[in-house]
Amino acid sequence: MNGNRARRTGWSWWYLLFMIQFVAVLWPPFYNRVEPSLGGMPFFYWYQLLWVIIGAIFTAIVYFATDKRTEAVGPGLNS
Amino acid sequence: MHDVNWTALIIFVALFAFITWLGFAAAHWRKGDLDQLHEWGLGGRRFGTVITWFLVGGDLYTAYTFIAVPALAFGAGAIAFFAVPYTIVIYPILFLVFPRLWYVCHKHQYITPADFVRGRFGNRWLALAVTVTGIVATMPYIALQLVGLQVVIGGLGIAGNGYLGDLPLVIAFVILAAFTYSSGLRAPASIAIVKDILIYITAFAAVIVIPIELGGFAKIFAAVPEQKVLLASPGPNTTGAYGSYATLALGSALALFLYPHSMTGILSASSGHAIRRNAAMLPGYSLMLGLLALLGFFAIAASVAGLPEYAAGFKQFGNNFAVPALLLHFFPSWFVGIAFAAIGIGALVPAAIMSIASANLYTRNIHREFINRNPTDRQEAQMAKWVSLIVKFGALVFTIFLPTQYAIWLQLLGGIWIIQTLPAVMLGAYTRWFNDWALVAGWAAGIVVGTVMAVAANFAPTYPVTIAGFGFPGYTALYTVILNVLVAVVLTPALNALSVGSGAADETAPADYEPPIRAVAHQVTQPAAPYPQRAAE
Repeated sequence: MNGNRARRTGWSWWYLLFMIQFVAVLWPPFYNRVEPSLGGMPFFYWYQLLWVIIGAIFTAIVYFATDKRTEAVGPGLNS
Repeated sequence: MHDVNWTALIIFVALFAFITWLGFAAAHWRKGDLDQLHEWGLGGRRFGTVITWFLVGGDLYTAYTFIAVPALAFGAGAIAFFAVPYTIVIYPILFLVFPRLWYVCHKHQYITPADFVRGRFGNRWLALAVTVTGIVATMPYIALQLVGLQVVIGGLGIAGNGYLGDLPLVIAFVILAAFTYSSGLRAPASIAIVKDILIYITAFAAVIVIPIELGGFAKIFAAVPEQKVLLASPGPNTTGAYGSYATLALGSALALFLYPHSMTGILSASSGHAIRRNAAMLPGYSLMLGLLALLGFFAIAASVAGLPEYAAGFKQFGNNFAVPALLLHFFPSWFVGIAFAAIGIGALVPAAIMSIASANLYTRNIHREFINRNPTDRQEAQMAKWVSLIVKFGALVFTIFLPTQYAIWLQLLGGIWIIQTLPAVMLGAYTRWFNDWALVAGWAAGIVVGTVMAVAANFAPTYPVTIAGFGFPGYTALYTVILNVLVAVVLTPALNALSVGSGAADETAPADYEPPIRAVAHQVTQPAAPYPQRAAE
């Protein structure tokens, strides 16, 4: 039974999604340019705004992916 | 500035009257015994996912942010957009670290980060370092909220002579102090809902209407001087603006959740799950902040700084007047009233939470630890209420009598100072490997070196670090916290070998950082479960 607890916050491969976010937004050479612009907005701006949305989606994915593990560990608790 | 905008003023005052009523009424919301510190200072730890979203959003995305980020874009251009990567990288940190802190704080009834450090490392002096750093770093932050409020009050055309001119600010502050005193964290939680809705309306109206009026984004960016549109490409042998941009974003992100008010907002959540869910939902605010940053460019394109009617405002408030001037220029008076009220109320919410957080810290980690070791619940809650008044009064005096520039400098130093609590609080959530006195030494090294670097850089946030002829200009806070961790890592085995250290047992157990198994399903279905909720163990 106590094995359940340890699995809850151990490493999950899903956390790699967080690393992708970090690299994508903390490395300005990727996005410090004007073209391709979107609706007149330079790439620099829309790229970073887009990553706000992608980051939220990644976090939601990690949430559901790691949350399911708990449910799998403790079946029947909802009944 | 001499003409009072009556329509806007009436709507502004009406909205303030409404939130004043709401702030007092909040005492009865999810009613608890406000003579207990966790009820007054953490709202009984009863806020579910949605309320937490509003509360933490209102807490972190402050009025000053909404004024200052566009002002920085207006004045300095692309570098201001570091606020966007900054608010992107905070959420993985929130997701990974803070549920653990929430569980352990819930289990042991910790109310402040210093409570946790005290329990984890058993060293009251380390806890004191965390406490004092938290309070000192928060004070100028509260003062800056008042600056945000001052700017919108000025924008309404209210200007008096001498200290009479500060009367509206004093009134707003008395209101704030009174409802915080009577309702505790429930007041900013309920007001945050109103404020956030108003801010969203304002932000989306501004980013839709103004670009249409100005002829589209292409025209707006064409009007912005070329060197402001992008970061300057680094020259040879330096990471240049790229290094500054990335380190500002990362360092600010690491510092953010160490501020006591962030911790207060997070600990008031009803479950660790509410925090994880919010890590995915809070980016809604980041998107809005990014869009608002663009207002700085709109202000350049609309040339509001050159218009005679705003000259006095720019003279008084500098670039911080860019957003108010822009809103006044493009929107009818009634909408200006709503927008300014959104910013003004947006100042009160974080100011309330910050003063509560400071009060909790003083009460728990200074008064209880060093002055009166066995207070009754009632005494403890009463002490916190009084301290919250003192803290706010201090910030008010600061704002009225000292130049704004001092608050900005101190807030910059505050960021450098607060990040030095990272090893004890954030790394402490994962490990007790560190020697407690090594953590104190690391903290002291970070504070001293950080302060010296900031002064040497003339209070610029970045410091031009040079290693072997190669330049790494970057955020001082990030560099000094690395130094802090290095000192703690090197000294830990040394001090352990010398048997220096409190030797006190860690009062937390590894399982305390995890959701109690039986409570998991329970908390998912009932986020608003009543406190104290102890899982069956």
